[in-house]
Amino acid sequence: MIETLVWTVLALGAIGVYLSWTAGRLDRLHSRMDAARAALDAQLVRRASVVIEVATSGVLDPASSIVLYEAAHAARQAEEEHREVAESELSQALRAVFADADQVDVLKAAPGGEAAAEELAAAVRRVPMARRFHNDAVRAARALRRHRKVRWFRLAGHAPFPLAFEMDDEPPVDLADRP
Amino acid sequence: MKIGIVCPYSWDVPGGVQFHIRDLAEHLIRLGHEVSVLAPADDETPLPPYVVSAGRAVPVPYNGSVARLNFGFLSAARVRRWLHDGVFDVIHIHEPASPSLGLLSCWAAQGPIVATFHTSNPRSRAMIAAYPILQPALEKISARIAVSEYARRTLVEHLGGDAVVIPNGVDVDFFAKAEPNPDWSGQTLGFIGRIDEPRKGLPVLMAAFPRIVEACPDVRLLVAGRGDEEEAVASLPAELRERVEFLGMVSDEDKARLLRSVDVYVAPNTGGESFGIILVEALSAGAAVLASDLDAFAQVLDQGAAGELFAGGDADALAAGAVALLGDPRRRAELSARGSAHVRRFDWATVGADILAVYETVTDGAAAVATDERVPLRTRLGLTRDTS
Repeated sequence: MIETLVWTVLALGAIGVYLSWTAGRLDRLHSRMDAARAALDAQLVRRASVVIEVATSGVLDPASSIVLYEAAHAARQAEEEHREVAESELSQALRAVFADADQVDVLKAAPGGEAAAEELAAAVRRVPMARRFHNDAVRAARALRRHRKVRWFRLAGHAPFPLAFEMDDEPPVDLADRP
Repeated sequence: MKIGIVCPYSWDVPGGVQFHIRDLAEHLIRLGHEVSVLAPADDETPLPPYVVSAGRAVPVPYNGSVARLNFGFLSAARVRRWLHDGVFDVIHIHEPASPSLGLLSCWAAQGPIVATFHTSNPRSRAMIAAYPILQPALEKISARIAVSEYARRTLVEHLGGDAVVIPNGVDVDFFAKAEPNPDWSGQTLGFIGRIDEPRKGLPVLMAAFPRIVEACPDVRLLVAGRGDEEEAVASLPAELRERVEFLGMVSDEDKARLLRSVDVYVAPNTGGESFGIILVEALSAGAAVLASDLDAFAQVLDQGAAGELFAGGDADALAAGAVALLGDPRRRAELSARGSAHVRRFDWATVGADILAVYETVTDGAAAVATDERVPLRTRLGLTRDTS
């Protein structure tokens, strides 16, 4: 009798420790996801700011400037639920404006343009990178949260179900590509 | 930035991953970053000032060959101490899935962790069995890097998730500026790699060699690398053996000079390559490259634009390709020019900037790397309020 009791207590204890460890793992995944999301936000905002700088500098022709300014402005102002679309549109605008290599050369030829082109290239290269890291974190968190033990014991608490950030982040070839 | 790099393989044994880490660390130090490399090493080996020894690696049979690995309490304690003393902004773990220092650091650390996956091994049974153990460690990694599109594909298939592709770096100018050696030029083919490792493909080249000599009577073959030379030429007719020159193990300088001197560099590898750094080195030196059409090689050679590809393992195709290149100096010059332009993307200046961009992305606003202490039970059960 006593023996059964002891074993039951031990088993319950072991399950408790395992669940607690899993909760810790989940907690860490959530904070990794938050950090990745913050990094992605930072890169998107940075890209929009650089684009606005280039668009208002008067280096490019007026039509291109307006297209870029519009798209970047919309991306910065977008509400959370329209953000993916707005950011994708900024990517498309960038690709359209820098579709031919001459446009990139025009930008580089202006005073200070070399640095601006460099900064813009870095920004458009880092957005896909940050997005990949974010979505990788989301996938790991989702995989664990879908597990039985997490659902049955409600280990995730009230944290919202993680969502990937889907957007078109293809950079303009002539701008981002290596020599 | 304070950067900690974890090398999974013995620092005293030469290898691709070790060289990559050495060059990366030195590149980052030149840019003014503080770098510390944790690597397995014998206590007697002299180490560069930025390397910290994690103790001696133990040879154990693993995954079909004998690997030198670090594990056990002592290594785990050294990893923790290194993390604790270093207070790194980011740690960069190489090969985090191999049961060595990489995995130990993954277990012991928390914070911004970057990991590079070098190999593209087919999924091993041990990996499947170890999946529940690996997963909690691997899910701490904030950013994954694969060295080629091919390595990324295997990574995604085996472990899920995604990775960015950043190739291995090469000091392009070191090869481009090497002095050619006149003894090694004039209708020469070059091969660098382990002679007795069939995957490196020397037997295929030997099978093709008689046909190449038939068409180009002046041709010579220069072979650099470790292995039994007698055995390597055993399949050749006696009169052809003197046309094969063995240089043994060569220094980095001689390797660069060899690549600068030969007319055609041949890479007949039959498999097991996830990147192909030697091709990048050959392109840097301006050699015309003839390589087997492995996925990784095709990618380095820009799908055949920067070097000729032939069907892997096919000695006839190799012979035909080599004969065509040896007899056509214009084509060689054209390949060399295109290769030299293409190879700039593998220069440390470019690769280092990309790796730093990854570091900056994951450290943006994050705390420094710390040892992973267990969260107090009260917090975990939600008895204390916390914001996350």
